Parts: sequence; C-alpha cells; structure tokens
Amino acid sequence: MDKLIIESGRTERQYWRDLWKYRELFYFLAWRDLLVRYKQTTVGVAWSVIRPFLTLIVLTLVFGKLGKMPSGGIPYPLLVLCGLLPWQFFSTALSESGNSLVTNSNLISKVYFPRLIVPASSVITSFVDFLISAMFLVVLMVWYQFVPPMTIIWLPLFVLLALGLSVGVGLWIAALMVQYRDFRFIVPFIVQFGLYISPVGFWSSVVSERYGENARLLYSCNPIVGVIDGFRWCLLDGEHLLYWPALLLSVVGTVLLLATGIWYFRKMERTFADLI
Amino acid sequence: MSESVIEVEKISKRYVLGHQRAKGDGLRHAVETAVRRPIEWLRQQKRAALDEVEDFWALKNVSFEVKQGEVVGIIGRNGAGKSTLLKILSRITEPTKGKIQIAGRVASLLEVGTGFHPELTGRENIFLNGAILGMNRVEIRQKFDEIVAFSEVEKFLDTPVKRYSSGMYVRLAFAVAAHLEPEILIVDEVLAVGDAQFQKKCLGKIGQVAKGGRTILFVSHNMAVMRQLCTSGLLLRQGSVLKSGTINEVVDTYMAVGLHHTGEWIRTAALPTRSGIFFRSVKIFNHEGIVSGHLDVRHGFTAEIKVKANGTFSRGQIAIRVTNHDGFVVLTTCNSDSAGDYTPVREGEHTFRVQLPGHLLAPGNYTLQIAAHVPQMELFDLLDNTLSICVEDTGSLRSVFRDERLGAVEPVLAWEDEVSS
Repeated sequence: MDKLIIESGRTERQYWRDLWKYRELFYFLAWRDLLVRYKQTTVGVAWSVIRPFLTLIVLTLVFGKLGKMPSGGIPYPLLVLCGLLPWQFFSTALSESGNSLVTNSNLISKVYFPRLIVPASSVITSFVDFLISAMFLVVLMVWYQFVPPMTIIWLPLFVLLALGLSVGVGLWIAALMVQYRDFRFIVPFIVQFGLYISPVGFWSSVVSERYGENARLLYSCNPIVGVIDGFRWCLLDGEHLLYWPALLLSVVGTVLLLATGIWYFRKMERTFADLI
Repeated sequence: MSESVIEVEKISKRYVLGHQRAKGDGLRHAVETAVRRPIEWLRQQKRAALDEVEDFWALKNVSFEVKQGEVVGIIGRNGAGKSTLLKILSRITEPTKGKIQIAGRVASLLEVGTGFHPELTGRENIFLNGAILGMNRVEIRQKFDEIVAFSEVEKFLDTPVKRYSSGMYVRLAFAVAAHLEPEILIVDEVLAVGDAQFQKKCLGKIGQVAKGGRTILFVSHNMAVMRQLCTSGLLLRQGSVLKSGTINEVVDTYMAVGLHHTGEWIRTAALPTRSGIFFRSVKIFNHEGIVSGHLDVRHGFTAEIKVKANGTFSRGQIAIRVTNHDGFVVLTTCNSDSAGDYTPVREGEHTFRVQLPGHLLAPGNYTLQIAAHVPQMELFDLLDNTLSICVEDTGSLRSVFRDERLGAVEPVLAWEDEVSS
C-alpha cells in the first residue's frame, strides 16, 4: 500500500496524481453548475442564446450603424457575433471561476481535493454555454446565407487558445479572490470595460488604419485580441492574412498566464482553507 | 493487526491572529503601501515574517500513532486543537511543522452534507456528495439503494433538498457518508444532529464500520459515546497532547483535570471589615475529593464555602442557586434548610459544606450563584456566576437509553413492577 506523507510544503508530489484520481469530481461539479444554473428560470437554457443576441443587437447598432465602422463586405451582425462568442466565453469564465472558490468555500474548508478542480470546472461550465451560443452563429450564417471559408478547420486551435486563456486568468483571479475580495468588484469592471476595448464590435485592423501599425501592436498586447482575430479569420475571412504579431502575442500571453496562473494557484492553495 | 496506519510526528500548526491581518490584509493596503512607501513596505514584510508574537499555535508538537483497526477518540475542550488536527489529517490544511504518514485511503466527515446543493434533488445530491467525498460513479451506483434505504427518504428522492425537513436532510447526508468505504475514517462530532433514533442508527453504523477492522478517528463531546465506541483515546489541551492511552484512562483524565471549570474561587482582595458575612473561598470537590468543576453525573459533589462573619446574624443565610445553561434555575439550597428554620450565623470563621447527590443534575453546564444574606433584608456578599460546573455524561440514563428525556434533573427513582398474571 502506498503511503501518504503530509508535510509542510510537500503536497506537490501527490498533487497531479490526485488531480487524476478526482477527475470525476471535475465532471460532477461542472454537471452541478449546469443543472443549477437555469433552475427556477422560465426560459431556462435559452438564456445562453438570448444574452449574446441582445448584446449583438446593441453592438451592431452602436458600432455598425452609429459608429459606421468598416464591415469588410461581411454582414455586420456576423462580424460582431464572431467576436462576441469568444469574448463572452472568456468573460463568463472569468467571473464564474473567479468567484468559484469563494462560493464553494464550504467545500474548501471541509473536504480535501485538488482545489484546481473548482475554477477549472467552472470554465468548463462556461464552455458549454459557449457551445450553445455557437448554435446561434450557425443560425445567423444560414440566415445570411454565408458560407465560412476553408480556414474554419483551424477554429479548434483558437477555441483551445480561448480555453487556455480563460483558465489562466481564471486561476489568477480565483486565487486572488480568496485573499482579496476586492476582486469581486474588479472583475465586473474588467468584463464591462473589456467589451469595449477588445475588438468585439469592430475589426481590429481599424486600429492600424486610424492610428498606425505601432498602435495595433500595442493594442494586440491584450491577449484576447489575437483570439478574436483568429475566430474571425477562421469563420469569416480566409483570404486576408492573419495579423501574426497579434496571434503570437496572444499565444505567448496565454502560455504565460496559464503557467503563472497554475504556479500562483498552487502556491496559494495550501492556505485557502485558512484564509477563506 | 498491529501495524500503524497513522504516524504523526511533531505536528504544529500556526495561525496568524485576525487582528494582525485586519489592518494590513486588504488589497488596497497592500498596493498602497507597496507604491507609496516601498522601503517601509519591505521592512514591514520582513518584520511580519519575523514577528511571532502575534501568532497562535493551534497545535504544538503533537505526536501519536494509530494502529490498524483502532477506534481513537479525540477529546478536548473547545479550542484544544481537535478540529485543526482533523483538518490536517484530512489534508484540508497543511501543518506548519512536522510530518504525518498515512497508509490507506482516508475519508473525512467533518460536517454532514458538505457540498449538498439545495437546488438539486436528493438523487442528484447523492451522486454529487459521493463524488465530493471521494467515491466514483460506479461505487455510488452500487450503493445507491443501500444509501436510500438507510436515509429513509425514498419518497422524496426527486424533490430538491431545499424542500427537505432538516431531519431528512441530515439523514440523507449521513447515509451517503456512512457508505464510504475508506480504510481510515475521520469523523468530527457529526452525531450531534438528527433525532435520537437516527443518532442511534448512526452510532450503530459507525460501530459496524469499526468492527469491520477499519481505523476510525472520532471527535465527540459525549463521553458516554466515546467510552462505548472507542478503543483508545487522545486528550488534547491547548494544542498539545496531554494524555494518550485506552479510552477509559483518557476520559478519566479529562474528567479529573479541571481544564476550564476550575471549581474554585478564592478571594484575592482584602475581606471587608464592615458588618456582614463575606466569602473567603468556595470550592467544589468531586466524589474523589479533588477540587474540580468537572463532575461525574453518577456521583455527587461537595461544595465547601468558607466565610467570615463580622457580627452575629440570627437570620443569616448562605445560599447556593444552580442555574442550567438555558438560564433555568434548577434548585436553590441554603444552610438552614436541614434545620427547617432560621439558624443564626455567629461571629467568626465558618466552613459550610453541603453535598449534592449523584444522579440529580442532568448532564450539562451549570453556573452557581452563591449569596450571603439575610432574606428580604440585606445582601452581604454575592458570587454571581463566578463558578461554573460541568456535569459530564459518563453514563446518565439518557445516554444509556439514548432517549431525549426532558427535564432539568435526572434522578434515578425506584420503580416497582407488580405483575399480576
């Protein structure tokens, strides 16, 4: 029989094995969140379509009609939705996983399991929402009789990038939230603000057209820019070349956030039960 | 069967006390000081690391060993470190120092119904809770019927648990936990919930688990249950091990040392010289003649009150009032009771002794109010709730029968049974 050794700062060894052992919990927590999410609501799961739909109308009006942003020959709602989908996934994942440890504090202080499961499973919950909202995109494409280009085969890679980015940032915020509840107020702000500073309602090329290439490079430091660009490239516009610096920055940013997120989370994890 | 499954070596756990964190723990504070006064901030960080004055050691150098198949009762007052120890053993929090080796799968039950979600149905919660406690889907499915039968909530399986009565909720939660099959089970005072009949069932289940050769660590404040279930004990006091050994030895030690209820009051200030009757000291002796506020429900105790009377009072009285934790006055007794009339308290030093019989006060905590007075006329001296006693349940009627008998007193009365066939 293998022996378990508990010692200060020594949990690392068993950690990844435990993560595997508790993989079912991962599934159960996501399942619970999905089951609970739309309980006692009348329209239920339709909310995950209604939400992007309403935002879509507002953004199309604001950027497309009022702002008169260039559409590049593509129906403006499609353009917006391709940015909105990854953005909404990222932002719900961010707020859900950020809050996840605190809302599950009774679990944290009473049962052992690798805590990484909690924020990670809430990212999965948001991901399921994302898949449901993606149906809406299909409907819209049929409506506009728009056939996506061949580059669509690269889409899974960008979905993966969005997933990685969400987990990375989610881990950071979840761990910070345990000690600094200030993030409860910061996160909604990031989400609200981010919708406008990220290229959700317009092509990111608008930035270079108006302010020059350097501005675009700076703009692309926001890792979600590369993700949104990528989504649009795959789904709408296969002919134009991808803006590589943005993609590169996004990949580097994601890897960095994910790695440091795991590192910071692991570092703080041992004190969660004492702080929460 | 004598292989040790848990070896704890010099475990310590430090907590930083709240008031230290309170002033410097907010994000704003951390950012502000780091930006505004970087040097001072660095110094403060360093000082915080060095400063051990504000620290609180919940556990200090705790070492013990548990052998395969033992049922260990962990005993101690509130704040003795029991829960911290269980949390460390179940890996919820890390020890600050020391090392533990555990051989076997551990399941801990620190709270009944951890992770139950009120919106989910009973059926869904069985799966969720099972997964949280470390069971996999196959295991849960295998035991599902057993769990449902044990919990007695078949009819409500598809009702959200938020609609359950608290009794049903607890029953379902315990049922899931009871069907875990770990090699080592850690249980914290979970039996304090639920009705008497269900408690009996739970205890039976734990006993059954213990008989199956599993190792159990068990925390409870009910000494009678401890004696019944456990084979060995561990007594904690202020974070250290005070005693370990067989359960009876440990419970006896726990009862003997006045850990909290000292059972003693001695005047530290000078005695008043004015006319009146004044207390010098009050002591509570248990049945072994030791000063202690911890009393055995089966045995009586003696209260010894030393007073100095400045003057003679023909209607002077020394009275004791016993109040239970509900604030209900259980009884009042005074020095002239046995005479049936007023008895004078003459000038000089007195030592009053009164014995309260065993099987009188029901198990629980009591406060004593002791007064020196002339009834309806003058109050000379009053010890208001300065003394408290704890009547420990070492085999009261209610623990023997496991019924929820009501009543502030629990006398053993002689019943006759005349059979006419």
